[in-house]
Amino acid sequence: MCKLRKYIEPTVVTGWKAYDENPYNESYNPSGVIQMGLAENQVSFDVLEEYLEKHSEATNWGNKSCGFRENALFQDYHGLLSFRKAMASFMEQIRGGRVKFSPERLVITAGATAANELLTFILADPGDALLIPTPYYPGFDRDLRWRTGVKIVPIKCDSSNNFEITPESLEAAYNEAVSMNIKVRGVLITNPSNPLGSTIKRSVLEEILEFVTRKNIHLISDEIYSGSAFSCTEFVSISEVLEARGYLEAERVHVVYSLSKDLGLPGFRVGTIYSYNDKVVTTARRMSSFTLISSQTQQLLASMLSDKEFTQNYIKINRERLRKRYEMIIDGLRRAGIECLKGNAGLFCWMNLSNLLEKHTKEHELDLWKTIVHEVKLNISPGSSCHCSEPGWFRVCFANMSERTLEVALRRIHDFMEKRSLIV
Amino acid sequence: MVLLSKIATNNGHGENSSYFDGWKAYEIDPYHPTKNSHGVIQMGLAENQLCFDLIQEWVENNPKASICTPQGSNGFNDIAVYQDYHGLPEFRNSVARFMEKVRGNKVRFNPDRIVMSGGATGAHETLAFCLADPGEAFLVPTPYYPGYDRDLRWRTGIQLLPVVCESSNDFKITREALEDAYEKAREANIKVKGLILNNPSNPLGTVLDRTTLRDAMSFISERNIHLICDEIYSATVFNEPGFISIAEIAEESAYRKHRDLIHIVYSLSKDLGFPGFRVGIIYSYNDAVVNCARKMSSFGLVSTQTQHLIASMLSDDIFVEKFLDESAKRLAERHSLFTQGLAKVGIKSLKANAGLFCWIDLKRLLKEPTFEAEKELWHLIIDEVKLNVSPGASFHCSEPGWFRVCFANMDDETMKIALSRIHKFVIQKTRPDQPTTRKQCKRSKLEISLSSRRLDEFIMTPRMLSSPHSHMTSPLVRARN
Repeated sequence: MCKLRKYIEPTVVTGWKAYDENPYNESYNPSGVIQMGLAENQVSFDVLEEYLEKHSEATNWGNKSCGFRENALFQDYHGLLSFRKAMASFMEQIRGGRVKFSPERLVITAGATAANELLTFILADPGDALLIPTPYYPGFDRDLRWRTGVKIVPIKCDSSNNFEITPESLEAAYNEAVSMNIKVRGVLITNPSNPLGSTIKRSVLEEILEFVTRKNIHLISDEIYSGSAFSCTEFVSISEVLEARGYLEAERVHVVYSLSKDLGLPGFRVGTIYSYNDKVVTTARRMSSFTLISSQTQQLLASMLSDKEFTQNYIKINRERLRKRYEMIIDGLRRAGIECLKGNAGLFCWMNLSNLLEKHTKEHELDLWKTIVHEVKLNISPGSSCHCSEPGWFRVCFANMSERTLEVALRRIHDFMEKRSLIV
Repeated sequence: MVLLSKIATNNGHGENSSYFDGWKAYEIDPYHPTKNSHGVIQMGLAENQLCFDLIQEWVENNPKASICTPQGSNGFNDIAVYQDYHGLPEFRNSVARFMEKVRGNKVRFNPDRIVMSGGATGAHETLAFCLADPGEAFLVPTPYYPGYDRDLRWRTGIQLLPVVCESSNDFKITREALEDAYEKAREANIKVKGLILNNPSNPLGTVLDRTTLRDAMSFISERNIHLICDEIYSATVFNEPGFISIAEIAEESAYRKHRDLIHIVYSLSKDLGFPGFRVGIIYSYNDAVVNCARKMSSFGLVSTQTQHLIASMLSDDIFVEKFLDESAKRLAERHSLFTQGLAKVGIKSLKANAGLFCWIDLKRLLKEPTFEAEKELWHLIIDEVKLNVSPGASFHCSEPGWFRVCFANMDDETMKIALSRIHKFVIQKTRPDQPTTRKQCKRSKLEISLSSRRLDEFIMTPRMLSSPHSHMTSPLVRARN
């Protein structure tokens, strides 16, 4: 049979299995495993639900569902214009109105998963590479490499400078690829970062842009967490950097976005590619035939996201609640003697347990992780699954549960740390 | 200038084909009954628009099926958050049951073998990724849906090799044609990994008989290659013989042990008329393929909002039965109206019992039996008759002169207008000012010039078909068919 089919799943699957076999439930299973490995945003659902209750005619197919037919038949890979306009406007609002997005450059895909794979097919040939700063979202290993045959070469970042991407680390990664005879086609950054939970500084974005220009390669900026930055002004999009320099060299830049994190709608499969390169827009659009967004969902979101009062309010509330949640978890971890990387965005924090490791190795990190999963009963993500070069870091999600559950989780961590300090 | 990949810069997307001229003509000048009555009528799009009234009525009566209504919104949270690539259980169950009903409950489908994809487009590509490596090939009987060229080859790097079928036996797929295609591949050192069957067929509108299906099964099992059955038009069968799915053959004792070579592609785009909802399905009897395709489905899952709606709709047994019945009736009526209308001007179409289109024979209108002449005729039909139809060459037909004409994507009025345009065109084309027809049609010329209005009435009324005074004596016409 075909070579491609052999896809080996990562070891972290054991954490998921532990959760699936014994999931925490406040009433039925209070000693079950708490899911802290899933970067989902459930803190602002009530805001969405309230909107839907007030606007059911607008979000359905209109009066007497006469719009159903047109909607069900609409399979144009350009996507509904009303939807693209609404998405463009939403993306602008997230960036505080500091940049403009043209609906003509928006390509629709069924989730950011599809968007990232699609861009990879367009920008690189099999055997070529994308450079990605570590630590990075484990899904990239599959999304960017599996069917495309493209490689990932890591841009190694470490805690000495808060995992910031430096010109040296960019050059080092590039040279590593060259030494392996691999052609580099682009850099992919996630901003705000998963798993770090922090935004990339403007000066660093400028350095990255300068680097890709010098090497004549592409830059993909996955901004899926842009609406989850705790404050509007802390997040700087690559589009702002481009705007500031009059869009010079913009055709090498492509932005990925999705509603799975900011709006908490992963089931709806709403992804977009925004490219400043005409040929990429045309080709991506053609390729999106394999992965379009359901026109039913486009219709719903076109309504919802074009209501600027609603979106403004949602974005504000969402940021505030995430920030509160973040402060709660940081505080709780600190009281347990655990420090985290200073974060300002996302649905998770980047926790440092390196001083709990007997030896600074990946194996010891995984041993500690198994203990946390099976004894502390928390499914968190070990840094090695994110290709972190330093053992001992863990990603802990905090937005996919109620505050009460988070308190339970923090208490368990506290107890665990207490026990360990008694033993040590 | 920063470069793009080979895939991005090749023509694998298929849109540089000259066959898009018809679409472009339609886009520039689309027909509208009042605003643009001389515009191009779209007959190149295989869409099913005949039963939307039934669907709309159901949607209005079932507000819970939408998570945006007051009745359904309490399910919003759970649905919106659900991103498991297995798909909602109720969705898989209802699709499995629906597929069973479409096959007259003669087979059973296991919901755990149902995998989602981004429409049938996504399903085909995913199967190609799962079953073949770059450079390897699938065999596909001609004529076939042009989209296969892109869907199966573009990003996967696999090849499509034709199994040539001919009008001499109504384009049936013969054992010889299969073996011939396989042998050609072997000689060219190309590894064949599978055979694709489209049943019911686009563009032919015919179904495969049991013998052909069994032959195909024997053929693939002897060579240990896969069989992909695209059954996207399964519920558009409107006449005898009924539809025999590969699923029936898979349950026959002779073939059970080779079931793991069988994979079915399905979608709701044609049977229900929901192309916008992107509901593609892969059903495989092979566990490894189910697992692989499921992982790949992450790249093209069905929106859970849509999964929820479909689950509700398809689990309403009374509605489904009524819909399938009514849909078949309306397709039969439309097909009959259209083919009879064509027959009146002597245009023959392949005898069909399924699909949303007719496969018509315009060989006699070609200047010469070549594909160039076919293209010329096609341009004439677009530019002068103002109909976007699809030429056989775009379906890789081995013989020039065949065209696919869609009939289910318009209302009755538009259909009549399309037919009258065809009539005018054929009659004009076979006018006595052409030397060969002058002697035979003296009388008909007189009748045409004197009573063109009567002519239109004649064309529209079936009872005149066998009139002894029929002016249709041109060799192109078969009034006594």
